[in-house]
Amino acid sequence: MLDFIIGHFNNATYIMLMMIGFYAMTGKTNLVKKLVGMNIFQWSIILFVVSLSAKRGATIPIVFGSHNPGGPAHLDASNYVNPLPHVLMLTAIVVGVATTGVALALLLRIYKKYGTLDENELLKRARSSG
Amino acid sequence: MNIHQSATPILIVIVPLITSFVLPILGLWNRRLVFPVALCALSCSFGLALVLARRVLNTGPVQYFMGGWEPPWGIAFHIDHLAALMLLLLTFVTLLVGIYSKKSIVKEVPDQEVPFYSVYLILASGLTGLVSTADMFNLYVFLEITSLSCYALVSLGGGVAVVSAFRYVILGTVGAAFYLLSVGYLYSVTGSLNMADLARLLPSLYESNAVLVGFAFFVIGISLKMALFPMHAWLPGAYSNAPSAVSALIAGTTTKVAAYVLARVMFFVFEPSFSIDTLPVTTVLSWMAAIAMILGSVMAIAQSDLKRMLAYSSIAQIGYIVLGIGLANGMGFTGGILHLVNHAFMKSCLFLVAGAIVYQTGRRDIRSFRNLSSTMPWTTAAFTICAFGMIGLPPTGGFFSKVYLILGAIDGEHWVLVGVILVSSVLALGYLANVIRYMYLPAAENELDEKVEESPQGESNGEPVPLTMLIPMLILASGVILLGLFNGVVISQFIDPAIPIGLPR
Repeated sequence: MLDFIIGHFNNATYIMLMMIGFYAMTGKTNLVKKLVGMNIFQWSIILFVVSLSAKRGATIPIVFGSHNPGGPAHLDASNYVNPLPHVLMLTAIVVGVATTGVALALLLRIYKKYGTLDENELLKRARSSG
Repeated sequence: MNIHQSATPILIVIVPLITSFVLPILGLWNRRLVFPVALCALSCSFGLALVLARRVLNTGPVQYFMGGWEPPWGIAFHIDHLAALMLLLLTFVTLLVGIYSKKSIVKEVPDQEVPFYSVYLILASGLTGLVSTADMFNLYVFLEITSLSCYALVSLGGGVAVVSAFRYVILGTVGAAFYLLSVGYLYSVTGSLNMADLARLLPSLYESNAVLVGFAFFVIGISLKMALFPMHAWLPGAYSNAPSAVSALIAGTTTKVAAYVLARVMFFVFEPSFSIDTLPVTTVLSWMAAIAMILGSVMAIAQSDLKRMLAYSSIAQIGYIVLGIGLANGMGFTGGILHLVNHAFMKSCLFLVAGAIVYQTGRRDIRSFRNLSSTMPWTTAAFTICAFGMIGLPPTGGFFSKVYLILGAIDGEHWVLVGVILVSSVLALGYLANVIRYMYLPAAENELDEKVEESPQGESNGEPVPLTMLIPMLILASGVILLGLFNGVVISQFIDPAIPIGLPR
């Protein structure tokens, strides 16, 4: 069992982070904390996908010395890290930042309108104001 | 089959996108130019979708490679018959709702036209991109473009709309994150993101745990996005508190597009046999859809607010579409896609009517609709036609899609589901007939009813609904009937060639 968890270390980490985020989203009543939970949730997945391309002893996918005559004649792909997951997650981070921005803007408007960010208090005030 | 190259697919997406960035600058100079320019972009998109659909019908699927990079390395747009139909539908609905929004948005959200149309165009381009793309990660980006613009548009509504929008942000992001996770899993075993390439690589990996987990996460993520029961918590608030033009647009398009993505990935990226047997997602989806159809309709009956009622009815109608996909046979698929098209027309029109009633009278409570037919005859007529479509009376489109769904359920020998479709139709009659009854009742006489008629929004001045709002409603309502009369054309031209290979006919 322990070996399995250590063997799937990246999976275990992302699931733990994801559950922390999930707990914050469902268990907390403060809307900012919900947002933070949402971010942890997203980031856990980004970490996981980046970890997929991690490789021990590999380097960035740039061929050193290929300009010189007598450089490496053939390449071994196992020496290089797959850059695509990183690039994809860069895009996903940008999307995540945009989502956070929209959510923060919404929180700002909620606070201006109701003067609170606590969910229970908010529902009470929203109900009384109609 | 020879596949043609063309730049039309990307133009449909890029024209609204570029225009949306031009609009804020244009708005600084002259605010009155914003609406015509936005309308131009939307009509341009629709015109291009018509050209593209004609081309797809005549010569088969059309492709476009971004930057000339061929798949599986580059991002490709692939328009087959199903995508062409969806593009036509989406650009048509966004164009009509765009025309409608001119007057209604000025009244509901004053002085916000410039950002409104900017975001509106981003939503239009996100939706069209979502159906055109053939790349799993590109699909994620378009999914988030669509959702982000939806959050912003929903928050424009008054009252608790901001709170509903925040709830939508949280749940929508969880859905998108699950989708991203599934893309990560699929990429980790195949090393590819292109749909056609995945379809080629996946069959030998169907037993892999990563593929199974990825597929399960995909189904849950997309179900969250399309508000399939029990993941519908964000929908009623978002639909009922948004400005009416926005409600009409997102009710007609966003959840439908998510259903399209579900069908696309389940049957075209994975083989139907995988979704049916290896991981019996179709069975689970059918039963979830059946519960959605019953519970959504029951909840709709309990509502007195028209927009909230329509929102709950949307949950039930999503059930029909997912049921069609979940039945996993030719008839069911035809019924599901046909209902997707019909429902986009009907629900957009119903939300537009709800907006028009608020515009003219300020009323949202169904019990206050007495005698509406004499003051707003065309609007109530449009509502009645669409309500008949929702219930499934011939000759409206809703009748034919339900017939195909029932035939599909009979083909699969799911007798309980046949019963559920019929019961849900009767329940739809329950909530919609109630509205029609109040609309055509003579004016109230006693004090009690007068009290209910106080406008909740309190901004009505009895100004009659302008033509720019009336005409889109009437076009959509006549579209509901035309879709019924010419459903054979839609099926034979668009849906039949799109039925996935491997589905039992």
